[in-house]
Amino acid sequence: MNNLFLRVSIWVYLGIFFAYLLGPLVIMAITAFNSNGFPSVSPWECFTYAWFSELFQDERILNGIKNSVIVGIGTVIMSVTMGLSGALILTQVWPKLRATYYTIVIAPILVPGVVLGISTVVFWQRVNNWLGLGPDSILADGLFLTIIGQSTFIASYCMLVLVARLQRYDLTLNEAALDLGASHTQAFTKILLPFMMPAIATSAVLAFLASFENYNTTTFTFGDYPTLTIELAQKVRYGISPAISALAFIIIVGTVFGALTNEALKRRKELQAAASGDTVAKVDGGFRLPSFLSRNPAMIALIMLVAAVGLSVVNSMSHNPAQCIAQVQTERQEQRALEAEANLRALAERRAAAAAARAAEAAANGETVEEETTTAPASSGNSTGAFGNVFAPTNLDGAEDGEAEATEEAPASPFGSVFDPGNLETEGASDNN
Amino acid sequence: MSAGVGVNLENLWIRFGDFVAVRDANVNINGGDFFSFLGPSGCGKTTILRSVSGFLDPSEGRVLIGGNDMAGIGPNKRPTALIFQNLALFPLMKVWENITFSMEIAGASAKERRKRADELLDMIALPGQGDKLPSELSGGQKQRVAIARALCAEPDVLLLDEPLSALDLKLRQHMRTELREIQKRVGITFIYITHDQGEALTMSDNIAVMKAGIIDQIGDGKTIYNDPSTAFVASFVGENNVFRGTVKEIRGKEALIATNRSGDLVSRISTANQGKMKVGDEAMMFIRPEALSIAETGSAGDHFVTAKVNHEEFEGNTFNIFTEGDGGKEIKVSIPNLGQTFEDHTGQQITLEYETQNAVAVPAGELATE
Repeated sequence: MNNLFLRVSIWVYLGIFFAYLLGPLVIMAITAFNSNGFPSVSPWECFTYAWFSELFQDERILNGIKNSVIVGIGTVIMSVTMGLSGALILTQVWPKLRATYYTIVIAPILVPGVVLGISTVVFWQRVNNWLGLGPDSILADGLFLTIIGQSTFIASYCMLVLVARLQRYDLTLNEAALDLGASHTQAFTKILLPFMMPAIATSAVLAFLASFENYNTTTFTFGDYPTLTIELAQKVRYGISPAISALAFIIIVGTVFGALTNEALKRRKELQAAASGDTVAKVDGGFRLPSFLSRNPAMIALIMLVAAVGLSVVNSMSHNPAQCIAQVQTERQEQRALEAEANLRALAERRAAAAAARAAEAAANGETVEEETTTAPASSGNSTGAFGNVFAPTNLDGAEDGEAEATEEAPASPFGSVFDPGNLETEGASDNN
Repeated sequence: MSAGVGVNLENLWIRFGDFVAVRDANVNINGGDFFSFLGPSGCGKTTILRSVSGFLDPSEGRVLIGGNDMAGIGPNKRPTALIFQNLALFPLMKVWENITFSMEIAGASAKERRKRADELLDMIALPGQGDKLPSELSGGQKQRVAIARALCAEPDVLLLDEPLSALDLKLRQHMRTELREIQKRVGITFIYITHDQGEALTMSDNIAVMKAGIIDQIGDGKTIYNDPSTAFVASFVGENNVFRGTVKEIRGKEALIATNRSGDLVSRISTANQGKMKVGDEAMMFIRPEALSIAETGSAGDHFVTAKVNHEEFEGNTFNIFTEGDGGKEIKVSIPNLGQTFEDHTGQQITLEYETQNAVAVPAGELATE
């Protein structure tokens, strides 16, 4: 009884836990396929891939991805190099200095990214001025500043990963290499570096991901090269589109697929290691899951997810959402027309009521009502009526369209142009003078 | 067989801060010798080895290899190869890559390396194992791969830092003979570090016995065992019974020592101390357990010891009698088991006899602690 209760509550807990963890991702993935203009799940309109094509036609997003990849690669090179040298020094430095050194090197992780971003810009601007270079020199370049700015703290992450591996390195291996005639450089490249490779790969992935998702530092340093996060943030400020859900879906699937492949490769390697030690595994007649799946429900779930993606891609070849969308649109128009009609009717009723009331009043006062009643309908037909044309049937569509146009054309936001990419440079230029 | 390259240590001092690890070592190692440094852990023998291989600079004095001063020459430029205590095989390289690492550094092609690796694998009796990783080998196999890797560099001097200490007893004994055979085959100088006197005695041409940074005695195995020059060497190398006392009389190469409890005993003076010991000096006299035998009760003289038996034990090849000792430690008597009958002496007073030449007297000094 107690046991059953415990088991049930564990499953409930797990359900809540995973819903909390994965729920937003699932919702986001679903909104990428809904034709509704606002990312939503519940008023499900039509299954569509339109947001993906819209995404790939968006120059700014594509440019942002390109910049993010360039920055990511640059950051990986910088951070892994600095992290490795930092880790090596940590193992070489005098024991008394070690704690102090560690604190200094780890500090950038604890400093807010915003501070790092601002200080990067200020520092390199000073260096740039000091060297007498113009505002278009490499030191003021958005890519350079972003890579440098991100590397200041990502290098610390890399160092932590690399130190962990380096602590397991047997220093006598270095001595053995030297003793066998290797120079210090050869001992490093032939012995230490291959040993560090797994950690270097891990830290490179970590650095790339950290760089790709960074916003707070980049927002001060990007200059003419907005990264994906910057572009997304700017887009979101003017209203969110399911195209962003589509991008998120691609990133999620990419990540999951990468993790899956990595895991599968790892399992295979383990199996090979086991097989080389053991005899060949027994061959069963019946169907068997590959052993990297057999004890891994998460893996099965992931494979199912990937399969679902594949199926939906196949589906997209045959499925034509245009018809559905057209239908939804006509439905919407009909609904709007109905609403407008209802509005009109309500208006007319109100006016009739008002007229009746006035007529009653006039009758009480003994004045003629004829004139007033004839002018009232005329004014309602006139666009400059007392209510303006707020309730005009065509008004609702027009207002919506106008708003959408405004968002597309005018980048003027509630923040003014403080975050405008060109802004920083002009500021820099004015500083120079 | 080549003459080999000798190694000389001249007035070698090595200090770490205030700590003196090696104190004024003077050693001449002949080319082609199997030379051992023997001493308890922490005596400075590994420090000497590291200064020969170039990982440590001497604080004072010189290291000469083949007559050339090695000051300022790094470990990668010295004609030495070191076999590390933990072997330090490169874990990510296959066995053949490990063995021929020195050739890779020299720029040899993979084909040449493979060929040389196969030759060396044959020599160390591991044919066809070249494609394994070190982690797939047993302890003894790793040991041999480490030796092959060091030999592949074709060093003039091979340095071995307690390479057998991690192996089990059987394998250790087997590797002793194997190492000695390899050394004879390649004919280069081996410098061997060990705390195991059995290893040192069985393999070495010459042995230096060290204690706390000081070399007490250098000599071949027999000299070290039979003619120790200090109390430490006498007590560290092999089992020995110690008798403490003062010199009562010098009779040429022999001395009469008034021991604290066992009366006056006569002893040979060890070669290094002849002419140096004087009447009245504190002295120690050592007699090996196998050099003592049971004499007729009541026999007296300057080569008889009377003592009470504490307990006895049967070891198989010997029958051991432990009597109350002279200066704390028990006296051990080992009587070879030749099929005779042994009577139980426990609790009795017995008289022990030895021949003068089997007892050796040295000035009193520090004993090795077991």
